[in-house]
Amino acid sequence: MADIKKLVSMLKELDDLLTGCMRCGMCQAQCPIFAETGREADVTRGKLAILSGLADEMLKDPQAVNDHLQRCLLCGTCEANCPSGVKVTDIFFRARAILSGYLGLPPSQRLVFRRLLTNPKLMNALIAFGSKFQGLLAKEADGVIGTSCARFNAPLIADRHFKRLAARSLHAQVPGLDTPAGKSGLRVAFFPGCLTDKVFPEIGLAVLKILKHHGVGVFLPSNQACCGIPALSSGETGAFTSLVRQNLDLFTQGSWDYLITPCATCTATIAELWPKYYGDHLDTIRVQDLASKTMDVSQFLADILKVGPAKGIGEPSKVAYHDPCHLRNTLKITDQPRTIIAASGKYATAELPGGPSCCGSGGSFNIKQYKLSETIGRKKAESIAATKATIAATSCPACMLQLADMLSKTGHSIRVKHVVELYAESLDREQPLEKSR
Amino acid sequence: MGESLKKEFEATVGADNVMTEPTELFSYSYDSAVLDKSQPDIVVRPEHSEALGKVVKLCNDNGLKLTVRGAGTNLSGGTIPHPGGVVCLTTALNRILEVNEEDLYAVVQPGVVTAKFAAHVASKGLLYPPDPGSQAVSTLGGNVAENAGGLRALKYGVTKDYVMGVDFFDVNGELIRSGGKTVKCVTGYNLAGLMIASEGTLGVFEKLILKLVPPPASYKSMMAVFNDVMDASRTVAAIIAGQIVPATLELMDNFTIRTVENFRKAGLPVDAAAMLLIEVDGHPAQVEDDAARVEAICKHNKAETVRVAKDDAERNAVWQARRDALPALARVRPTTVLEDATVPRSKIPAMMQALDRIAKKYDLTIGTFGHAGDGNLHPTILTDKRDQDEWRRVEAAIDAIFDEALALGGTLSGEHGIGLAKSNYLKNEYGAGTIAYSRKMKSVLDPKGILNPGKLLGPVLG
Ligand SMILES: Cc1cc2nc3c(=O)[nH]c(=O)nc-3n(C[C@H](O)[C@H](O)[C@H](O)COP(=O)(O)OP(=O)(O)OC[C@H]3O[C@@H](n4cnc5c(N)ncnc54)[C@H](O)[C@@H]3O)c2cc1C
Ligand code: SF4
Ligand code: SF4
Repeated sequence: MADIKKLVSMLKELDDLLTGCMRCGMCQAQCPIFAETGREADVTRGKLAILSGLADEMLKDPQAVNDHLQRCLLCGTCEANCPSGVKVTDIFFRARAILSGYLGLPPSQRLVFRRLLTNPKLMNALIAFGSKFQGLLAKEADGVIGTSCARFNAPLIADRHFKRLAARSLHAQVPGLDTPAGKSGLRVAFFPGCLTDKVFPEIGLAVLKILKHHGVGVFLPSNQACCGIPALSSGETGAFTSLVRQNLDLFTQGSWDYLITPCATCTATIAELWPKYYGDHLDTIRVQDLASKTMDVSQFLADILKVGPAKGIGEPSKVAYHDPCHLRNTLKITDQPRTIIAASGKYATAELPGGPSCCGSGGSFNIKQYKLSETIGRKKAESIAATKATIAATSCPACMLQLADMLSKTGHSIRVKHVVELYAESLDREQPLEKSR
Repeated sequence: MGESLKKEFEATVGADNVMTEPTELFSYSYDSAVLDKSQPDIVVRPEHSEALGKVVKLCNDNGLKLTVRGAGTNLSGGTIPHPGGVVCLTTALNRILEVNEEDLYAVVQPGVVTAKFAAHVASKGLLYPPDPGSQAVSTLGGNVAENAGGLRALKYGVTKDYVMGVDFFDVNGELIRSGGKTVKCVTGYNLAGLMIASEGTLGVFEKLILKLVPPPASYKSMMAVFNDVMDASRTVAAIIAGQIVPATLELMDNFTIRTVENFRKAGLPVDAAAMLLIEVDGHPAQVEDDAARVEAICKHNKAETVRVAKDDAERNAVWQARRDALPALARVRPTTVLEDATVPRSKIPAMMQALDRIAKKYDLTIGTFGHAGDGNLHPTILTDKRDQDEWRRVEAAIDAIFDEALALGGTLSGEHGIGLAKSNYLKNEYGAGTIAYSRKMKSVLDPKGILNPGKLLGPVLG
């Protein structure tokens, strides 16, 4: 273990960021973890105080401090509403990197980040292999939502109702694309993200169908790497930089106007976190340029292609829309996904009672703190059910996994869809496309 | 804290509700006041009132210093625990027990969050007027213990005007009942009154009975812009002297206006020396009448413009600007010291002048906004506590602000309480006799001095 003095001096670099917190406590109204536990160490103010306690050597147990910092969804709700404008998530990312550098990650996790995640080919092969055998381990939980649960006692799965890996991943179905701009005169780079690729290829296919419909050329390079958020939020900045670099190398090979993703988390990571935490300081122009052209898919559709609400036939059916934190808090995108739902001509957005809130997924939080994640998610499921909608839609595959798990567990057979799936579906009805493949 | 005591607490509130891990204890060493931290030995979180009573008794039996904590948003250090003492959280005692729509009262546990309560009551067509700026998180127990005020205080009064009864535990864990559900009640000493603003030093609230009122039928909001902060201050005094009682009468100085505009880009008049935000409410005819008179008084006192909000959207924009005052100021420098010296309303012009003088003398940035209508200003000093030289000037300026407020016949605190922050100044306002009387009372009710020691009355004697 490294020298504690060194840890303290590294944490001191956070000092300027930390003193911005005036300890007003207003974050108590925002933090989903605090809403469950009511404990000060779980709310932003407490976490920031504990961190400065460690920096000031008033606290002497970095492991305990780290454990508290892990009880955070990194949803950014507190930051978006903090009167003092404290850069909360920035502090947390940096602190996690410093602490995991000091404490060291568990070897198994390190192996995953350094060897597996950074090697997309190996990862894809392993997952394709896994998808063939998952039936042996899982059985159906809810036929409508399409969830499964563990057949045998499996600690990692616990009592989750999970979506299985897709039989054929997106990259197996569409290995790569490089099509010219059509009537829109635009070309986009497409970054589906891991979950779209491996669990929800139908989202990727929906995006491609929509792009084709609007005459948008697509650059989809093969062997895309993960956006890096799991590595960054675990403090593995080395693995993060390696992932960003691989993606930069891939995407800068093509020429395109915008980079779009159907994943709120990937969009926020690429647009906001890549430029901030990419470790290669000689490579800032590429990363800045790419980040500035990155957009959520519905933002692209609504703001650039000017897709608007469509006149439908008959009474539209209700779709409960869940605002993913990374769109709502980080990128301030809330209108565009609703526009895309309305653009289907068949669906109308039903707002959740009590307003938007985190679904409790939070990436690896769901794995490390499943109990808490579940309590938050069950409430979300109940609020979705309260709208009496027949479909729950959102803009982030990670949220979709959580919603599927929670709706399935709470016994609400409400299908979970990505907003682009709803829009893509309507394209068939209005003007049948020439079959794509 | 010995193992066996910890076990007793665990048996009382459940093991999950007892915290002794150092990192966790550290998170209860502060509140919203700019003061030094101090850690408890144990933190407990009772889930029902019986356990709350037992916690109090357990503390007294063992001579443990007890600090009750709601949301910890007080600005006077009222929840900074005695080193090595016990912190008792009310966050799990958060049930609204009754809302009586016939008799217009509600019964709640102390940990209910103010805004949640107000929203619940509003859903039944009633109004709970006290609306402190912290209402999204503050608890009703904390509001009563600090006698919190809010934007509507001018017409509707402060928390004390809505407390009909307080049931509380004395140090022996005995449940003491006071007040009741009737509008009139003079049975015995006014113990409920004694509990208001007692800052956790006399008893631990178990249940509160709060008064509700019908909401006003209509309202009108306006924004008056001034070229001279003295004209704005004189307008405040003139409106009050004109015997008009707006629901809200708030002031923002030029520095605050500019900072808010910079933050929100709401189209505020950045060149204005000061702005008054005024809302009148009540019967529609009365509202029309009051609004016209307020406008006339503003104009008479050299208001540059008076703009009346046309609809709810405009009204919200005006109030958003006021709500943004603190957030916007807080972003300017790392440390934000929010004061709440209060003066008789006719003395607002003099106080504004004094604040200007003090800012210049100590070379500090002070943004002033606040509930001018009740004479309650929030001079907000923007500083960096790490700059030792500047911090010394801040401390001197705070002294000067209090001296000035008292000299004008005002008070040390309009709503934020005394706590640790101002206990040393108390004698300046009330004199030694008052402190001695209060201490005598406390020493009988709390002979071992376990209830929030050091708060309000200063260092515990003997
Ligand atoms: C941004 C901001 C804006 C604010 N705006 C206002 C405002 O407009 N008006 C205003 O008046 N104040 C305001 N305040 C100050 C503060 O929010 C109030 O004093 C509030 O009433 C405190 O409530 P709390 O639940 O946080 O209590 P805490 O801070 O937890 O406790 C306050 C005091 O109450 C005692 N206490 C709490 N619960 C009990 C109980 N059950 N029994 C006995 N004693 C108890 C505590 O021991 C302590 O002494 C503001 C604070 C902030 C940070
Ligand atoms: S809202 Fe912001 S400034 Fe206030 S306590 Fe939370 S993090 Fe600190
Ligand atoms: S990021 Fe989300 S979970 Fe983490 S402290 Fe802020 S509000 Fe809470």
